[in-house]
Amino acid sequence: MKTNVAELQVCSPRSIDEALQQRRDIPGLTPIAGGTEVLVWLNDAKFAGKTYQSLHGLAKDWRYVRANKDGTLGIGALATYSDVRFHPVVKERYPLLVESARVTGALQIQNRGTPVGNIANGSPAADTVPSLLVYDAKLKLKSLRGERLVDLKDFFTGYRRNVMTSDELITEIVLPPPLFMPAQQHYRKVGTREAQAISKVVFAGARSAAGVRLAWGSLAPTTIRALKTEAALQNGADANAAWEILQREIAPIDDIRSTAEYRRKVARNILFEFLNKLANTL
Amino acid sequence: MPMSGEFKEKILAPLMSISTGKDLKFVGKSILRKEGIDKVTGRARYVDDVKTPGALYGKTLRSSIACGRIKKISFAPNIPWDQFTIVDARDVPYNRVLQIESDQPVLCDGVVLHREEPILLIAHEDPGLVETAIRSITVEYEREPGIFNIGEGRILKQYDIEEGDWKKEFAAAEVVFEGEYKTGAQEHVYIETNGFIACWEDECLTVHGSMQCPYYVHKALKYAFKLQDDQINVVQMTTGGGFGGKEDFPSVLAIHAALLAKKSGRTVRLIYDRAEDMASSTKRHPSISKVRTACTKDGILRAIDFSFHIDGGAYITLSPVVLSRGIVHAFGPYKWPAAKLHAQCFFTNSPPYGAFRGFGAPQSLFAIEAHMTALANHLGMDPAELRRRNFIHRGDTMPTGQVVDEDPNMEALLDRALELSDYKTKRARWKRGGGKGISLSTFMHGTGFTGSGEVYLASRVGIATTKDGGAEVRVSSTEIGQGTETVFPQIAAEALGIDISKVSFRRPETKVVPNSGPTVASRTCSVVGKLVERAAGKLKQRLAGADIRQHYAQHGEAYEEVEYVPRPGLVWDDDKYKGSAYGAYSWCVNVAEVTVDPVTAMPRVDTLTATVDVGTIINPVLAHGQMEGGIAQGIGWATCENVVLKEGLMENHHLTNYVIPTSADAARIVVEFMPSPYSEGAFGSKGVGELPMDGPGPAIVSALNDAMEAKFTHLPLLPEEMLK
Repeated sequence: MKTNVAELQVCSPRSIDEALQQRRDIPGLTPIAGGTEVLVWLNDAKFAGKTYQSLHGLAKDWRYVRANKDGTLGIGALATYSDVRFHPVVKERYPLLVESARVTGALQIQNRGTPVGNIANGSPAADTVPSLLVYDAKLKLKSLRGERLVDLKDFFTGYRRNVMTSDELITEIVLPPPLFMPAQQHYRKVGTREAQAISKVVFAGARSAAGVRLAWGSLAPTTIRALKTEAALQNGADANAAWEILQREIAPIDDIRSTAEYRRKVARNILFEFLNKLANTL
Repeated sequence: MPMSGEFKEKILAPLMSISTGKDLKFVGKSILRKEGIDKVTGRARYVDDVKTPGALYGKTLRSSIACGRIKKISFAPNIPWDQFTIVDARDVPYNRVLQIESDQPVLCDGVVLHREEPILLIAHEDPGLVETAIRSITVEYEREPGIFNIGEGRILKQYDIEEGDWKKEFAAAEVVFEGEYKTGAQEHVYIETNGFIACWEDECLTVHGSMQCPYYVHKALKYAFKLQDDQINVVQMTTGGGFGGKEDFPSVLAIHAALLAKKSGRTVRLIYDRAEDMASSTKRHPSISKVRTACTKDGILRAIDFSFHIDGGAYITLSPVVLSRGIVHAFGPYKWPAAKLHAQCFFTNSPPYGAFRGFGAPQSLFAIEAHMTALANHLGMDPAELRRRNFIHRGDTMPTGQVVDEDPNMEALLDRALELSDYKTKRARWKRGGGKGISLSTFMHGTGFTGSGEVYLASRVGIATTKDGGAEVRVSSTEIGQGTETVFPQIAAEALGIDISKVSFRRPETKVVPNSGPTVASRTCSVVGKLVERAAGKLKQRLAGADIRQHYAQHGEAYEEVEYVPRPGLVWDDDKYKGSAYGAYSWCVNVAEVTVDPVTAMPRVDTLTATVDVGTIINPVLAHGQMEGGIAQGIGWATCENVVLKEGLMENHHLTNYVIPTSADAARIVVEFMPSPYSEGAFGSKGVGELPMDGPGPAIVSALNDAMEAKFTHLPLLPEEMLK
């Protein structure tokens, strides 16, 4: 490990209040749920801060996947990918989430990492975020000042930037009752290999009477909903017209894993594949 | 460790029943790996597992430029430098790493020739502080432009081989076909990174480490520290893979650890993390081959003009031998009436390239095999048929001048591979450009060191009786995952006529074991194994039927040692670079079946079929393991292992973005052995270590060309290049 761990500080709150107090009082605190991303940073001495807050002690409060009576689903901040992936209600109602949790990292990562951590980390290549975007997920943000609900689609403001204030924690993902028929949902992860890969492009999409959803990863500084393309499809645009619009909604780049050109072509192909699938399930 | 009955019954029993040796008791049986239980239970000790109370942790300061001079080194004031041991070039008794030549400095002495070149070594008791400290040293440079392309820099080594009147053949040829073929670098990704622990006691140095070749390390330590043989003991710890990556590179690391230990008077641990290991250690040599062939309209080959260029990096290391092994395989298993073979290795400002499974042959065989398939397409002929018409046979002469004195049986290997893969049906059914493809490669790999190499090595093997009535094999050949620790006891038990459970394998340390040569070049099982067989035979003779336990009680340890004896009639001319390059060859046919995802152009190797002649199989499960592992490594080299070079440095030196195949990516691998025994190999065995690396590349790229209706001539072949 390239980081001198003796130089790091870790706070381990025992209660929600204590956690929120620390958030308020200690500047530069990085919350850790599973820690699977932070470990990679520390190993390479990159990006990493010096002060961490381990939320592990709050598992009794925040490690849950809960189907509520009003038809919504709550995913607690410490629920792991495995918790989500194998939950019977998630399996029944939110197949894209199951699929995306299944292809995130390896089993070891899935047993430790969390969808909430995936969101907070803000990687544009996050595998579960596009699925959550399709399902109109909302986030509960909590601080000593109170609690607020933010649409996931409005959460990211730039590359690894978001609307959270420094005293807040994400406590829960709230999913509204599902709108989509399973046959009209589609997930595609294009990784560097078949398993344990970081995405070159990731897509989740669905359609119902309520509308079309297209969510993408690795095509812009954040994971995105392609709102304009969705609107055009809603208004009857054909595949080529939709692609014209989508092209202007994405901003892929060349990096160590792939090229902008490849990502653009794959985005086009996936869009067509998805629209084809929809056409065949009418 | 107790094993569950179910495990024994369902997993072990079927493995143990695979057998090739009919009249033999242990050879040909899938004896369970001797060190296997220790490895899977975590009891095996790798170098990082060695406890060293009070030891210092070492770290290497490396260059951040590829070419230039060091102007100034400054140490930030925030670190208690007086507590550190700091070593630079002035501390090295003789600042050179001895490999084939000795051009490489142990530590930079003002001049930098590649990125990540070691400049300084530091050590401290607190490993965390060492990390902070290494980032608190600043080096100022005077940059000079570097050279990063093959062919632009000085020539490191060159070979030229000619046979027959190739000019006349080309002039008179009905068909002349040419192409250019490129292969990329490749990182070994052994599961254990490089590491050494060094300590001095009374002017004597002991190093423990992860390595393939204890005596290479011994030789390099002796040279850099100006020591006598008996002042050094090199001990191999359990080693997590090598693939050539721990052939030459550990010598540098061992010297570094020993320097820190000498200056501090303490035990020093120098163990790399993955990122440092991948950035600074050797890789497979990138290559560019130009191949021109002359043939008749019916595809009968008349002449080859092969120009083989590789990137050697900043220092010589093992490049001359890699270049040599490459060029003496470049003509493939075919008969050529005339040939012109030209090979050059160039210096660049990359970190030195080094040994990697196949040692130049996968590069040149990629070129010839991709070329053969392209030529078949050009002639409108089935690539299998073109090869069949040109296979080499007993009595034919290779372009090196070697007369083949064994039966390659390439036709039989080809027929069986085509049958196993249902090649004909699939080739007829799958339309070019339809997303599915099937293609093949046919190739050979020499066993052991090239030319007179084995004679120079003069390897020695020892075997001793033990108190408990058994025997101990003493060699410097290492267990690096391939099975040495199991295969040698099998050979010894067979030759001695005692039970396999009574034969042990002495952990290699240079103070105890004789020099049986390096663990490289597909030589261990066949060449060194033969010496084990002979040594055991000699011991048996000496015991003359006596009970070993009683003999030991009466006379103490009985020890026999034998030395390599050159095979009669095997002649190699180092000056002309002609003669018998190898005593024997292993022969192989690969058929690759691929599917390409139309949305992403992600390739999938569905099935890779290999028919193989590696002589007698000593241990079927281990031999299958070698084939399957090598094929998976070949699949990676062909489809995803992309070393992104920036100023010669591997930019993606992390496992997050250097992509090797997972079990989900590796193909269904079908291996069938068709042995023809080799009289000079242990119980008839030939080399198996490198062969599986040679064939997948060209077979896969050709199959992808069929699937995509394309004409790619390089690897790795990435989806980014294939997606239209």
